[in-house]
Amino acid sequence: MPDRSRIRNFCIIAHIDHGKSTLADRLLERTGALTEREMREQVLDSMDLERERGITIKAQAVRLDYRRPNGDEFILNLIDTPGHVDFSYEVSRSLAACEGVILLVDAAQGVEAQTLANAYLAIEGGLEIVPVINKVDLPAADPDRVTAEVAGVLGVSVDEVLRVSAKTGEGVDDLLEAIVERLPAPSPAEVDTLRALVFDSYYDPYRGVVCYLRVTDGVLATGDPLRFMISGEDLPADEVGVLTPKAVPVARLGEGEVGYVITGVKEVDRIRVGDTVTRRDRPASVPLPGYREPKPMVFSGLFPTDGDDFERLREALEKLRLNDAALVFEPESSRALGFGFRCGFLGLLHMEIVRERLEREYDLDLVATAPSVAYSVLLTDGKELEIRSPQDLPDPTQRTGIREPMLRVMVLTPSEYVGTVMELLQEHRGTLGTMQYLSPERVELVYRVPLAEIVFGFFDQLKSRTRGYASLDYEPDGYEVGDLLRVDILLNGVSVDAFSAIVHRDKAYDYGRRLVESLREIIPRQMFDVPIQAAAGSRIIARETVKAKRKDVTAKCYGGDITRKRKLLERQKEGKKRMKMLGSVEVPQEAFIAVLRVDAD
Amino acid sequence: MPTDGAPAPDSLEVADAAAGSLGAYVHLPFCHRVCPYCDFAVTEGAEAGEVDRYLTALLMEIDAAPRRSPVEALFIGGGTPSALPPRRIGEVVDAVRDRVGLAPGAEVTVESNPEDLDDAWLEGVRSAGATRLSVGVQSFDDTVLQYLGRRHSSAEAERAVRRAVEAMPSVNADLIFGSPPEEASAWQRSVDTALDSGIDHLSAYALTVEPGTPLARGVAGGSPAPDDDVGADRYEVVLACTASAGLVRYETSNFAAPGRVCRYNLITWAQGEYLGFGNGAHRHVDGVRSWNLRGVERYVVAVAEGRSPVAGEEHHTGWSREVERVMLGLRRAAGVVAGVAGEALMESEAGAALVEAKVLARRGDRIAVRRPLLGDAAVRALLALAPRDC
Repeated sequence: MPDRSRIRNFCIIAHIDHGKSTLADRLLERTGALTEREMREQVLDSMDLERERGITIKAQAVRLDYRRPNGDEFILNLIDTPGHVDFSYEVSRSLAACEGVILLVDAAQGVEAQTLANAYLAIEGGLEIVPVINKVDLPAADPDRVTAEVAGVLGVSVDEVLRVSAKTGEGVDDLLEAIVERLPAPSPAEVDTLRALVFDSYYDPYRGVVCYLRVTDGVLATGDPLRFMISGEDLPADEVGVLTPKAVPVARLGEGEVGYVITGVKEVDRIRVGDTVTRRDRPASVPLPGYREPKPMVFSGLFPTDGDDFERLREALEKLRLNDAALVFEPESSRALGFGFRCGFLGLLHMEIVRERLEREYDLDLVATAPSVAYSVLLTDGKELEIRSPQDLPDPTQRTGIREPMLRVMVLTPSEYVGTVMELLQEHRGTLGTMQYLSPERVELVYRVPLAEIVFGFFDQLKSRTRGYASLDYEPDGYEVGDLLRVDILLNGVSVDAFSAIVHRDKAYDYGRRLVESLREIIPRQMFDVPIQAAAGSRIIARETVKAKRKDVTAKCYGGDITRKRKLLERQKEGKKRMKMLGSVEVPQEAFIAVLRVDAD
Repeated sequence: MPTDGAPAPDSLEVADAAAGSLGAYVHLPFCHRVCPYCDFAVTEGAEAGEVDRYLTALLMEIDAAPRRSPVEALFIGGGTPSALPPRRIGEVVDAVRDRVGLAPGAEVTVESNPEDLDDAWLEGVRSAGATRLSVGVQSFDDTVLQYLGRRHSSAEAERAVRRAVEAMPSVNADLIFGSPPEEASAWQRSVDTALDSGIDHLSAYALTVEPGTPLARGVAGGSPAPDDDVGADRYEVVLACTASAGLVRYETSNFAAPGRVCRYNLITWAQGEYLGFGNGAHRHVDGVRSWNLRGVERYVVAVAEGRSPVAGEEHHTGWSREVERVMLGLRRAAGVVAGVAGEALMESEAGAALVEAKVLARRGDRIAVRRPLLGDAAVRALLALAPRDC
């Protein structure tokens, strides 16, 4: 077992595109973790989806064997972190398994809001930070300016900021030395038996549930009888190993080590990330500090297009939840869409990723309803009711007010865009908290904004209005009573619950009109006129009509046309199957996505 | 709005009885010029030798047909059969009569283009055995005729139709509506002119953009496409004018004076059997649908070498055949005896919606499409049904 003092556990905090994956590849290469032949581009981003989107969703861990120039050997455990604001919860999970972080900043882009937020998270957690400027080889790089900015933000001297090019490898050797010299070794054990923190897990179709863990106290050996302290599960350590990044079984993992354990458990809901593993025969009395439970911010209904897929959807959600503790779901039924699940997500990106994974990895065809936040409704009897779906909003006569969740929003922007950003925040019902110049070129704005305003498309608007230069981070900031009402959509006179949304009174008309217009474009003409109305309470605020289809017939059907006509209509019939019947109206799947677009515009 | 009343009871019998008659189709693929919207198996600018070789092969194919009950309706289509001299058409009629047999009083239809219809040709084709002429007028508006790539003018067409009415016992005019340059008034004039000319049968088709045609390429390249709402307006004009002229709609696109329905087409819509000869010709014999090679040359070579010219076939039995029966029957104003598939349609959710929208109706033991402009909606619902035993 390696000596605790020869172990360094760290992660890399970086903004999207600042080069985290490339740097990780370079570290793997320099330490010989992979031969050149095995070297794939960006090994850590192993899921297809991550590769396509260029982001890291799931934390993973890799063990690097590092020999210093003086011959001393060290084990460096690199724990990957996700890079999007939706996933800051997962960052905190990774940080809990580390003693230090590399704070990676693009030499041209400078510090981003989210990097800063994660750096503060690391500082609060008592982690050591090694600031690193990446991409110093780029023509657009301004390492001196960015170095000063990073040093200023962290309160360190500019000499402590390293400069690398993950692409060319420049400075990577110095970084490896800095990891060994500046990051602390794991702290000594506090108890005299096994305690290990489960910081991630995933489901392997052949092996069952694989837990990633970090041993804090004692030893975890193959064959040990284990107890998961929070869930209460007693399971054997069938296989213990490390990731190099290939899974390599080992006899045991000692204090400070990072690796995996396989217990043979197939049921995904029996393992919880954040749990503490101890020995069944000599259990620890106190578990390790876990994580704060992630709080879902956005809710949306997911319904299988084919009602028979309901059980498959449930199983798939359960599997995803195994390594995505932020995903919550409960059964929901919709008059329009049948049986499905109301799911809670960290944000829109998280929602989109979950949906895509369900469709791709589990081959499900889904309809997602308009996302909503959770509102707290003040009832006339003095009680409060939390609702996660606009359908659940009580009648106006039964409520005295609606409280909506608020965010403390931090935006970092080049100073030339301050006016633009302030305008945008005001449009989204934000109130200014503080404004602070981090440097003459960079301003930090703090606003209080309703969550519902940020969740839908705000990020894209911020990016487009500042040509991509502003960045955003946020945290929950209580509730506030808002002048809110529910806008319903009636198709052919019948309200479609899946289209309902709770919006601010000032925006209700605009929202209703735009949604109705876009539905008119999307809904095909039927055998009768289909009125589409938006209603706020009993008042119709917008109306469009899909005119009845007048002609739907082939001109000729003679002896030579019969076979061809039949085949043609068979094909068209298949297309119709993919439509959803809402009452007597056929509605294509895109209609449900249109609701999202109206919000994002 | 439902657009037809219940047809006279005797027309139901005529429609259904056609199922027991035998038809025959003969294809003559030659055209002076191929129209830009046409996707039939046609060829233009053929030389005399090529025509001879084709007719030789065609007569060989007819001579090899199995003997069966005599044909009650023969349809010689194309292409442009009138591009050939009446003598060649006579050879075809004779071959069918000699080999398969023509029933007494059999209907013999020949397709034609207005520019070919001089007195000599008309007299010749009548003596060759034709009882019915179908004239490809398409429009009585010169702008529309030019758009459709036709070789005749509206004045020529009118003279030709009147001559044909004089010369033949029964005459059909084909009209095409809904081409983009066609004004509402031009269409009205076309319909009026056709009905005034003395014809006893009218076929009115919406211009359809068929894949692979020059028209389709034009539309793909940004030229205006026919508009369905305009097409519906034009169709309603036909319905109104034919009704007042005493022509009754008996199929989606076909209108006839009493007793002058096209018997050959009634056979196809009654799921009856018909023989097929020539390149690209379809047939329905002994419950099997099959079709010949489409290319003229490939067809000629196959027949000359003693090989079968059949390019493909399709077997429908049980539910599938029953669905086809109803699909075809719903084209007719007379509708179709509901049977297993028709009942299944009426019992389905989609069927109920079609009834609600007045597209589909039950009449005694029959079902019928009341709004022919939406007929395909009923057929799609039919094709989507879960199979039943039958």
